[in-house]
This record gives sequence, structure tokens and C-alpha cells, in this order.
Amino acid sequence: MRRIISVLMENEPGALSRVVGLFSQRGYNIESLTVAPTEDATLSRLTMVTIGDDHKIEQITKNLNKLIDVVKLVDLTEGSHIERELLMVKVRANGAQRDEVKRSVDIFRGQIVDVTSNMYTVQVAGTSEKLDAFLQALGEHTIMEVVRSGVSGIARGEKVLSV
Amino acid sequence: MELLSGGDMLVRALQDEGVDLIFGYPGGSALHIYDAIFRQKSIKHILVRHEQGATHAADGYARSTGKVGVVLVTSGPGATNAITGIATAYMDSIPMVVISGQVTSDKIGEDAFQETDMVGCSRPIVKHSFLVKNAENIPEIIKKAFYIANTGRPGPVVVDVPKDVTNPAERYPYQYPEKLRMRSYTPAGKGHGGQIRKAVALLLSARRPVIYAGGGVVQGGGSELLTELARRLNFPVTNTLMGLGAYPGSDKRFLGMLGMHGTFEANTAMHHADVILAVGARFDDRVTNTPSKFCPGAKIIHIDVDPASISKTIVADIPIVGTVQSVLSEMLDTLKSGDEQPDQSAIVDWWRQIDDWRERHGLYTAPRYQTDGALIMPQDVIRAVYDITEGDAYVTSDVGQHQMFAAQYYHFDKPRRWINSGGLGTMGFGLPAALGVKIAYPDKEVVCVTGEGSIQMCIQELSTATQYHLPVKILCLNNQALGMVKQWQEMQYEGRLSNSVYEESLPDFVKLAEAYGHLGVKIEHRDELHGKLQEAFAEKNRTVFIDVYVDPSEHVYPMQVMPNGSMRDMWLSKTERT
Repeated sequence: MRRIISVLMENEPGALSRVVGLFSQRGYNIESLTVAPTEDATLSRLTMVTIGDDHKIEQITKNLNKLIDVVKLVDLTEGSHIERELLMVKVRANGAQRDEVKRSVDIFRGQIVDVTSNMYTVQVAGTSEKLDAFLQALGEHTIMEVVRSGVSGIARGEKVLSV
Repeated sequence: MELLSGGDMLVRALQDEGVDLIFGYPGGSALHIYDAIFRQKSIKHILVRHEQGATHAADGYARSTGKVGVVLVTSGPGATNAITGIATAYMDSIPMVVISGQVTSDKIGEDAFQETDMVGCSRPIVKHSFLVKNAENIPEIIKKAFYIANTGRPGPVVVDVPKDVTNPAERYPYQYPEKLRMRSYTPAGKGHGGQIRKAVALLLSARRPVIYAGGGVVQGGGSELLTELARRLNFPVTNTLMGLGAYPGSDKRFLGMLGMHGTFEANTAMHHADVILAVGARFDDRVTNTPSKFCPGAKIIHIDVDPASISKTIVADIPIVGTVQSVLSEMLDTLKSGDEQPDQSAIVDWWRQIDDWRERHGLYTAPRYQTDGALIMPQDVIRAVYDITEGDAYVTSDVGQHQMFAAQYYHFDKPRRWINSGGLGTMGFGLPAALGVKIAYPDKEVVCVTGEGSIQMCIQELSTATQYHLPVKILCLNNQALGMVKQWQEMQYEGRLSNSVYEESLPDFVKLAEAYGHLGVKIEHRDELHGKLQEAFAEKNRTVFIDVYVDPSEHVYPMQVMPNGSMRDMWLSKTERT
């Protein structure tokens, strides 16, 4: 099962490598990983998408909690939550294709953020599923380059992950 | 406020932490620190002959005393040589602080001379690590390092110190922090009251209980409480390899060690148990055999200070996260406050069944090995040493058959007496560990049980024993082969002895011991075993290397059947299986 684990950790050198190292050391999967400092500069927030059954996820969260740099964590997929990923894609756009791509971008509520006579750079935000669907709609032959941010997430409602 | 250089700060912080002993080896990046050590009196530094020896010696010191072992090494090869010892301590949850010199900050990442990324190298085998960026941070980092190493589930902590940080020309105000606040580290304390009450109720309902106690009971100082609990309930107790001594080995309720080379009665009782109380044990694969076949009818209570150990391989029915001491004492209080006792007739029946197993195949009701051959049996050597030392020695061990014979036949009545590398299985551990123990307890008998294979992995420490006059006994069960490897090759590879024999290349250990200034004793014949052992152990003031030639064909039994065996599936001899 796909899980989104959100981690608050000390914003110190080596902290990220401990988290990543734990995953490779214990044979856990990382589907995606994003990390950046929070409003409190001493803390980083890391979001990671992983796949595993309940037993594996329990072990992952326990072992993450054991890392000295990890302050708190939450499995966002346990409750209702919002997840977003940012996609930027360079798309071949010549002649009639230009309108076609533009329509797709509008349907997916994306934005064209850069243009040349032959291509568009498109930005789309949403769930990973939505981004997959957008890429599929564009079609393989029009795509020149894809970059995705990995998933970030936050719980719905008044629940917060903070110190 | 006093102004100190980084090197002096480091040593002062160790003093303020109460450290009086360091095991180490100097080198370029650590020289400022070594100079600071030279200019003080309260910390004794033991110069080993190899950094691996430093870590094992500090480890032996830590295991026997419960204090934090401290190691100081230089950068590069000094640091990487320490890795095996750090991993050994990590696997057995031993508190240790390893200070490694590092190249100067401006050289880090440039592949400088003797540079290695120690924080990176050691990352998977430490509880935590620090790279010191500024001298001002030294006191706080040292304070944190000791706190982390010795609380919760203990473990090794690496502090990597670039040379410029210890520069004697730059001085900073020194103050050792009195208190620490770490928002990201709160080791477990008391167990959950509701869980403890549930556990007590389950224990009281048990008809075929077994207490399965591990190294956490030794480390967590829970031996007395565990013993009281077992006696009060009249429950049988088995210890893991790491837990030997957690419950008195010569007590009638003790079933012996469990697991791969555990006793028939311990493994069989576990298999048939209806309630298992696991305390400070981690259901290691050398204990459980095939997890899906592990103790099919048992409800499991699991007490551990590390939540990640609970339900890792075997799912616990009643998990309790907390220190062994607090949880066991709360359990005892709950038991004492009620009048309930387990069903005595069921417990009596259970003991009758266990005694029957003991009679049939128990290691201690009759010798389960050949007693009328011409050759010395390794089991007899351990039994003789147990008698001579009156069961009161500190016994360190290397890894292999001799380790299992020692675990089976030396009965440890006290915790912290049996010192071996259980988790990592590090050959070469025994001798330096024995030196660490001897420094802690100069008046006690310290015996290193080893083999001719293991001893050669850290034999250079014989020289350390000379320099610091550490009269330990080295008991080498010499079977002229890598015995445990050979045993597996004979059992599982049709006797193809791939690289497990030395082809007449073994040194003369008596001469070797003498070359280091020690006494060497060779024992080859059965009839001279007791006399020569007595003589060797009568040498209180010298390191004695006792090289005992034992039956090279002997195997360690019982041995659990692998793969796909359950706890109770064992080989009892070369020809007999359960």
C-alpha cells in the first residue's frame, strides 16, 4: 500500500543521509522524497512516499522515530489529507499541435510558463495521479523532458505536525 | 570563564563526564588530543596494538561495568579499523563513545592524506554520530554523545573531530553543560500500566509458561527483578546467548540457553509453551529458527526499551515499551498486591514434563558427548575451568564452537560475567575484551575462551597485556580447524572442507606467548587436563596462554535443524535427530 510519511527533523547536516540510509539499510522503498526547511529554520520537513504493508510501515515509522535527528512524524495516509506534486514538462508544440497542447493544459489547469516557436514548458500541480494523467494526455511523442518535485502533503482539518 | 583549546576542551569534557579510561591509538589527526591527554593525570590511556582491539577492549570494559567504553583513534585507517568493533557494540547494544580524529576542516572532501568519511562509514552501525564543526560545541557534543550512548537502548556514538578544531593555538571559553534538552530524543521510561496489568493476568493464567530473557536484562540491570519474578511464579527461565547470567545459571528453574545451540529442554519448552514472557530479547533468527513455525501455541508478552524491536520478526500479543527495571518492578508490585497465583497443578505438571525432557536429552543430567575416547573433549575443558574458577570468573569469548561450548557449560550466576559478541559474531573479540575487563576488575579471574582461529584475529593485543600487566587467562580450544565452519561443511556440504583447515601452518602458541613475555602451556592429553589447568590458573600474576588440543571431530549439539525447522527440531548428535 502507498503511504505518505511526513517527518519533522533537525535541520542539521547529515540528517537527510541518516533517513535515506535507513531506507537502503533496511531494504525499504522510497518512491519519492522532498525536503526543505520549515518556518522554524532549525527544523526541516521531509515528505516521503513509500510502499509497504502495515507491518513494514510500522517498522519504518518506528525506525524513523529512533533516529536521533527525527523530532516527529506522521503517516498522512492514515487520515484525510491533501497531497500535491509539481510537474514541469517541455512539450513539442508545432503548428496545429500548439492549440492541442494548450487545450490539454487548460483542462488540467496547468500553466504555460515558457515558450519558444517549437515548444511549451508547462507547469501542473496536483496529485501524482493527476500528473500521470496529464502526461498520458500529452502523449509520449510530444514530451521532450519531464521533471517532478515528488509529493508534499499536509493533513486536512486542524491537525498539525509541529513541535 | 576558563579559556581552553579544542583539544583540552575535549579531554576536560571527558573528565567532567567521569571518564577515567580511554582505549586508543594515536595518529596525525589526533595528535592535538593526544597532547592534551599527555598533559593531564586523571584519565588513563591504554595503547592497544590495533584500533579494532581498542573498540573491543572498551566494549569488554563497558559490558563488565555498565559504564560507557571510550575509544580514541585517528582519521582514515585508524577510524576504519575501529569499524568492526563499533558494529560489534551496535549489534549487542553496548554503550560506547568513539572519538575519531579527522583531517582539517578545509581538507575535508579533498581526498586528503588519511581522510575517510567516518560519519558516513559508520552511519549504519552507530546509534548516532557527530562531526564537530566548532571547538565551542565540544562540551555539548560530548555531553550528548554520552547521554545518547548510555540511555534507552544503548549503543555506540561516534564523534568525529577535525584537527583544526583541536588546535592548541586557539582558545575558547569552556563550560560543561549541566543539563541537556534534546527535543528529538526521549528514551522510553515506564511501561504502559494497562499493558502491564494485562501481562500479569496472562502470566497468572499460564499453564505452560516460559520466561525468555535476553541481553536487555543484563544491560538494563533487571537480573534481580527477573529472578524474583521467576521464583515467585515458579516459572522456568531460558536465556539467550546475550542474556546468560541474567538469571542464575545454576538455579534449578534455569533451562539453559535457547536457540540454535540451545538445550533440548529450553527449545522444546519454548515450542510447547502457552505463554512466553520475552524480556529484553529481540527474537533473533538464531533464537527463533523459522519464524512461521515459532512457538505455535504461545501468547507472547514482549518487554523492550526499543519499540522497533517489538513485533519486528515475531508479533507480540502484549507489547510493553519501557525499561526492563521499571516494567518488571511494576509487574512484581501488581502480583504482590493481588492474591492470585498461577494454577499450581498445571505448573507442577509442566515442571514434570520439563524434567522428563531434561532426563532424556538435557545437557546437564548426563554427558551428551563421548567420555571414553583418548582425546580431550572441549566440553570437559570448559567444565574443568568452571570448577577451577568456582563459577566466578569473567569469561570473554571469541566466535565459533568454543563460544558455544562456553555458553553451554559455564554456568553464569551473575550478570555481566559472560562477555561475547553475540549479534555480530566478531572473531578477534575475546582477547581485547578480556583486557578491558581485567582493567576494570584487576583482582578478578578473567578468562578468554578462544580458538586457534579467532585468537589470531587480534593476537597482537598480547603485547598490550604485557605493557599494562594484565594477567588474563587465554584458554584456546585448539581443534586445528575453523571448527564451526567445518561443522557446517560436514553437516551441509558433504564434508567438503573448503578453506577451513590450516595445513600445518599454526604457530607454536606456547613460544608465541613466551615471545610476548607471557607463560605458555600446552595440554594434549586427557589425563593431564585437570592438573595442567590447575597449574595454569594458579599463576595469578602472569598472562597465561593455555593451548588445549581438543578432539577436532567434535560438533556442537544440540543444533537446530535448518532451514525450515521449528524451535524443537534439533540434531542431538551426529546421528540423532528429534
